[in-house]
Amino acid sequence: MRGNVVTNSVKLTDVKKSFNGHDVIKGVSLDVQKGEMVVFVGPSGCGKSTLLRLIAGLDTPTSGQIEIAGNDVTYAHPSKRGVAMVFQSYALYPHMTVADNIAFALKIQGLPKAEIDAKVRDVAEVLQLTHLLKRRPKALSGGQRQRVAIGRAIVREPDVFLFDEPLSNLDASLRGQMRVEIARLHTKLNATSVYVTHDQVEAMTLADKIVVLNAGRIEQIGAPMELYRKPANLFVAGFIGSPRMNILGAKVRSSSGEAVTLDTPQGVLAIPRTGAQAATGASISLGIRPENLHVAAAGEEGHLSGYVILIERLGGETFAYVTLKGFDGEPVILKLDGEAQVHNHQEVRLTVDLNRAHLFDEAGLAVGVSPDFADKTDGSGHVQ
Amino acid sequence: MYNNKLIGSLYVTPFVIGFLLFTAFPFVASFILSLTDARLQDQLGAAQFTGVANYTGMVADSTFQKSLGVTFAYVFITVPLKLAFALFIAVVLNFKLRGIGLFRTAFYLPSILGGSVAIAVVWRFVFAGDGLINQGLGSLGIGGVNWLGEPTTAMFSIVLLRLWQFGSAMVVFLAGLKAIPEDLYEAADLDGASRMKQFWMITLPLLTPVLFFNFIMQIVQAFQEFNGPYIITAGGPLKSSYLLPLMIYEEAFKYFNLGYSSALSWVLFIIIAIFTAVAFWSQKHWVFYAQDRGDDKGGH
Repeated sequence: MRGNVVTNSVKLTDVKKSFNGHDVIKGVSLDVQKGEMVVFVGPSGCGKSTLLRLIAGLDTPTSGQIEIAGNDVTYAHPSKRGVAMVFQSYALYPHMTVADNIAFALKIQGLPKAEIDAKVRDVAEVLQLTHLLKRRPKALSGGQRQRVAIGRAIVREPDVFLFDEPLSNLDASLRGQMRVEIARLHTKLNATSVYVTHDQVEAMTLADKIVVLNAGRIEQIGAPMELYRKPANLFVAGFIGSPRMNILGAKVRSSSGEAVTLDTPQGVLAIPRTGAQAATGASISLGIRPENLHVAAAGEEGHLSGYVILIERLGGETFAYVTLKGFDGEPVILKLDGEAQVHNHQEVRLTVDLNRAHLFDEAGLAVGVSPDFADKTDGSGHVQ
Repeated sequence: MYNNKLIGSLYVTPFVIGFLLFTAFPFVASFILSLTDARLQDQLGAAQFTGVANYTGMVADSTFQKSLGVTFAYVFITVPLKLAFALFIAVVLNFKLRGIGLFRTAFYLPSILGGSVAIAVVWRFVFAGDGLINQGLGSLGIGGVNWLGEPTTAMFSIVLLRLWQFGSAMVVFLAGLKAIPEDLYEAADLDGASRMKQFWMITLPLLTPVLFFNFIMQIVQAFQEFNGPYIITAGGPLKSSYLLPLMIYEEAFKYFNLGYSSALSWVLFIIIAIFTAVAFWSQKHWVFYAQDRGDDKGGH
C-alpha cells in the first residue's frame, strides 16, 4: 500500500470537525511536502490541536479527506497511519524505564529483542539519553523527558512526526534550548513534521511553512518571513511578530496607483503602494512594525508625535510605548537600540519606514504589498 | 497560646475518651482475658491465670483447625474473585457511554446495602430449598439444589454474598482508572497496542496502588466476615462455613468460654497483621507509585 512516489507527505482536503454541533474545524485544505516542518500556530481554541489529532487519527473528521504518504487514512487506526506523536504532557509511561518507553512500540510490533535493543541504543545516542536508559520518567528533568518523548517517536521511523505543543511545559530558557534541538534534529532526520504551538516565536524559528489558524479556519499559509513581510490580513499581522504590529486607524484621502494617501489625526501620510486601489473616505488600518518606527533625529520633522508612557529595557534592545496625539486606542510600541536615549513622559517625534508600512481595508484584508517586500518571496532563514 | 492548647485538648477529649474506653481498653483486656480461663457467666475475679494454655489448646482443637482451614479457603477464594470482579465492572463502567452515571449508581447500590443482617436474611431465602434460585431452576425444568445443606454449596452461597458487595472496591478502582491520563492510551493507540495489551501493560501497572489498597481492605474484611455464615448457614453444614469470627462469637456467647474466645480473637488479629505486613513488604516488588508524571518545569 505504502511507498507510492508522492511529494506531499500529508494532504488535507476540506477537512471539517464538529463537536456536539459546534464547528471546530471549518474546512481546512493543506499540503505538507516531504521533509517539511509545518507549524500550526494560532490562539487558544483556534483548532490547531484538533487538526493535529485528526491527522494522528485520535479524532475522526466530520467530513473531508486526510492522506498520508499517498494513502487515504481518513478513517484508519492511528497505528496504521505511519505517524508518531510527541504529546504536550510527553505521555511517557511512568512505570517503565526510559529504555522500555522508547522500545514500547517496537515490542508491540513484535520485533526481535536484539533489533529492539540496537534501535533503542541508536536513538538514545542521537538524543544523548544513553546514561538515562534505566531511569524512570519521574527521575528525569523536564528537558530529559521531552527528549525521551521525541526518542519514542523517532524509534518508530514514521512517515510523519506530529508535535503537540511539546515545549509548553518547559521553562523559558529550556524551551529555547529544546527548540534548537528540535530544529537540529529535524534537519538531521529530514523528517516530515507537523508542529502545533501557540507561540509565534517557536513558529517563526522552527517552520519551513507556517499555517496560521483562527477559529477553525486557515488565515494564511507561508514561509515565516513571507508571513512577517506580507501578512494577508489584520489577524496574521497582529499574530506574527513580537512585539505585535502597531495598528493605527485612518481614512483614505486619495489613491493614485503609486501611493495611498491617508488622513490621520496628525495630518496626511502618503503610503507608497503600487497599483493598490482604496476607496476615498473609506476607513483603513495602517500597520507599522515596532522596528519600523523611529525617534526622529534632531531637526527632523517626523511623521507622528506623542508622549513616551513606558520604557522596557531588555539590554540589547529597548521597547518604548508611545501614546500618539489624537489617536484612539493602544499606545504604539517602538523597538529601539538598547542604549536609546528616551525617558518617560518625553515628547517624541516619530518617523515611519513608509516603504515597510502595511495597509488593511475595512474587512481587515491587506491592501497591496509594502514596496520593500514586493520582490521578496521567501528567505525564511530559521534555525538550522 | 495556652488557651488555644486548652481549647484544642477539649475538642480532642471526646475522641480520646472513646478510643480509650472502646478500643484501647478492650484491646488490652481481651489479651489479658486470653491468658485466663474466664467464663462469661462467672465473675471476672474468679478467672484463673492459665498462661498460654488457651493458645496451646488450639493445636489440639479440631474445631479450631477446621474453622481456620475454612477461613483461609474463604479468604483465598473471595479476595481475588472480588477484586477481579470489582475491577472488571470498574473497567466496564469507565467507558464513556450515555447514561453511564445511572449504571454506576445501580452497580454501587448493593454496597450501600452491603453485607447487612437484612441482606443476609434475604440471601437465606434466596438460597433456601424453596428459595428464589431453586424456583427459577425449577421453572427451567432443572432440579433444585440444596444450597445451604451441602458443604460446597453452603460455602458457595456465603462466597457469593461477599462478591455481591463489590461496589466499594469497584468505586475505588473506578477512581484509580479515572486518574490514569488519557494521553497514555492515545500514545499506546499510536504505538499499535490493542485494548487488551493496553490493559495489561498500562492500566494494571498504574492501578497497582489502588489494587494494593483494595487488597489490604479486602483481606481484613474477609477475615472478619461474620454476618454471612451466622445468618445464612450458621457455620454449617459440618462446619463447612464455620469462619473464625463465628467461632469466636460462639465460644464467647454460646459456650461462654471468654478466655478461649479472646485467645481466638488474638490469633485472628495476628493472622491479619501477618497478611497485612507481608502485603506491605511485598509492595516494593509490584506496586508502582507514579507520583509526578513529567509535567514539572525542571531543567536538564
